[in-house]
Amino acid sequence: MAVNLAETSTGRARARPVERRRALMRKRAELTLLLGPALVLFVGFVLLPIGIAAYYSVHEWNGFGPIDQFVGLDNYRRAFEDPVFRGAIGHNLIIAGLSLLIQLPLSIALALLLNRNLRGRGLLRLVVFAPYVLSEAITAVLWLLILQPDGFVDQVLRAVGLGGLVQPWLADREIVLYTLFVVITWKYLGFGIILLLAGLQGIPRELREAAALDGAGSWQTTRYVVLPLLGPTIRIWIFLSMIGSLQLFDIVWIMTGGGPAGSSATMATYLIDHGFRRYEFGYGSAVAVILFVICFVFALVYQRYALRRDTAGALTRAGA
Amino acid sequence: MRRFPSRRAAAIGLTGAALMLVAACGGEDENGGSTAASSDGAAESANLVWWHNATNEPLKSVWTEVARDFEAQNPNIKIKVQPIQNEQFTTKVPLALQGDEPPDIYQQWGGGQQADQIRSGKVADITDATSEWIGDLTTITEGWKTDGRQYGVPYSQHVVGFWYRKDLFEKAGITEPPTTMAELNEAVDKLKAAGIAPIAIGAKDRWPAAFYWDYFVLRRCAAETVQEAMATQVMDDECFIQAGEDLKAFLDTEPFQDSFEGTTAQQGAGSSAGMVANGKAAMELQGTWNPYVMSDLTDDENLDDKLGWFPFPAVEGGAGDPKAALGGGDGFSCTTGQADACVQFLEYIVSPEVQEKLVTSGSTTLPVNPAAAGAIEKPTVKEIQAYVDQVPYTQTYFDVALPTAVGQALNEAIADFVVGQGSPEDIVAAVR
Repeated sequence: MAVNLAETSTGRARARPVERRRALMRKRAELTLLLGPALVLFVGFVLLPIGIAAYYSVHEWNGFGPIDQFVGLDNYRRAFEDPVFRGAIGHNLIIAGLSLLIQLPLSIALALLLNRNLRGRGLLRLVVFAPYVLSEAITAVLWLLILQPDGFVDQVLRAVGLGGLVQPWLADREIVLYTLFVVITWKYLGFGIILLLAGLQGIPRELREAAALDGAGSWQTTRYVVLPLLGPTIRIWIFLSMIGSLQLFDIVWIMTGGGPAGSSATMATYLIDHGFRRYEFGYGSAVAVILFVICFVFALVYQRYALRRDTAGALTRAGA
Repeated sequence: MRRFPSRRAAAIGLTGAALMLVAACGGEDENGGSTAASSDGAAESANLVWWHNATNEPLKSVWTEVARDFEAQNPNIKIKVQPIQNEQFTTKVPLALQGDEPPDIYQQWGGGQQADQIRSGKVADITDATSEWIGDLTTITEGWKTDGRQYGVPYSQHVVGFWYRKDLFEKAGITEPPTTMAELNEAVDKLKAAGIAPIAIGAKDRWPAAFYWDYFVLRRCAAETVQEAMATQVMDDECFIQAGEDLKAFLDTEPFQDSFEGTTAQQGAGSSAGMVANGKAAMELQGTWNPYVMSDLTDDENLDDKLGWFPFPAVEGGAGDPKAALGGGDGFSCTTGQADACVQFLEYIVSPEVQEKLVTSGSTTLPVNPAAAGAIEKPTVKEIQAYVDQVPYTQTYFDVALPTAVGQALNEAIADFVVGQGSPEDIVAAVR
């Protein structure tokens, strides 16, 4: 279509605009060629499924027969009225909050430690990063065995005289979520550390030396020079961690299935439980849309307010 | 044999995305035959596609053999055997029934799931075609009826009861298997006193917990009340609440192992089946598939000799039949394309010849054709067969009998109740 337009207009136009138009066309062709495949994939595998999920979500449909039972927003209402789903949202938020409060300081501390000239630093880094390489399913099964009654954890606690601390780790409704958080921390801590180590590598040695020359102690250097410069990396970690916490699924599904009595259910386990186990595809889609909206809104808000400063320097021109 | 039926399957977390991929690939199955069978009389010639869930031996080979034998006897019919991983049926069947070329024969567990599938219009009503021989089978075939019409035929039967360790019972000084709740409670006390976990339960998987409530309902409610509740999905009779109270009273005796809330049913030595298999618990309320599950979870070669079986005890004062059993089975449905040839094949599968082969090969615990019962060799299984022969009626597991969404919601409510959340009224309310 663009080609036709160009042909009809070139006849009357003078030489220079023709060239300019040709250049423009070439640029467009180039863009189409380069963006086209990605665009097709994005529309076909991201936008379209979201649209279809939204369509399913306003119907009651069990996967068989025509989709003709329009129920409006009933599925959404049902989700928000279900205490199990509300609980699941709460659990996602608790995991997200704990990640910020515990995983982040821990990651920073360990990254600072591993950034020093320690003996066996390479080995330590490897050890810390190893769990991240394991698949979620393997991690979950591994910890199921470790945490089973009279399993490794219980035996170790008893051996060191702390038998009183032994708990039904995955069976007690009050503590199961925190048990899972420990496993999640074990699994993902290495990722945060590697990210932060990379950030630390980017801080010029001269800055620390300058601070030292000005009489700053080791703590002061860390607090006033290193941490502020680590800001962009920390903000990216927070972003990834929050999205991960909101979409938490694999480990929980395998270790507890969301139980006992929904006490460790997350939005994603709730979604699979209803959508696939119960053939409630319409309702499951509504839950999926809710999960998507929560993540999307968080991502937008976070980009707008937290990450903007980090990308600002990279995108604006001189004088900014 | 259905050692790991879909609802009992180890729910290893494949994500929805993976399921979607599987589903997306489902369309590729080329249907061998395009010849539509005539609607009346025997099939002229047909190419059948058969989806079954036996990806494990021995049943996998047995099914292939059965198909080849059938082809030899019916040269005009060809069968393409496609074993499909059990967990995939939940996603593959809905998609296949939506498509133009569903399999001609596929795995069917009857009940509410079958009723859901019939809405696709692709599942064949085989009431008339099977009428001549279906009466030869046990009454379990009722479970494959929807609105009084036959849409599938079972090939094996399961019944739920208590599996127990004879050696541990002896150790605790229990001489006779309990026949009433009072005796069961007494046995629990004796086992506890002997330092043995009395009963193992895989409450994490929900459905094992549901067996208890289901059975208390069968003991409390008259047969008609239960059957009506399954059909109407209304449980307004007082007996359903009483069943919950019976369950509560039983739970108060704390009969289960430590941390039962987080225990799976069939995965590993720490699962409920694994605990019984390894002598860590004395009893488990489970289906007839349990010995097969247990033998995979222990090194004990003599496990079979140590295992005994007794039916769920009678409940005093209940309106239900003290001998009514809870059970189910595995079967197949036909799709409309070549239903005649399919029915011919199903008739062959339930014939004494094939049924005996299923039993002797160790593929099926209990046959659906009583003529094959003589092939059973294990003494415990003989006992169970004798029990099944005299039960007044076998009720399909509630979660299977009810529509899938309702059945699963019921299981969830029962499992929650068993771990200490909710009331007897909440269980009934879960059935909408």
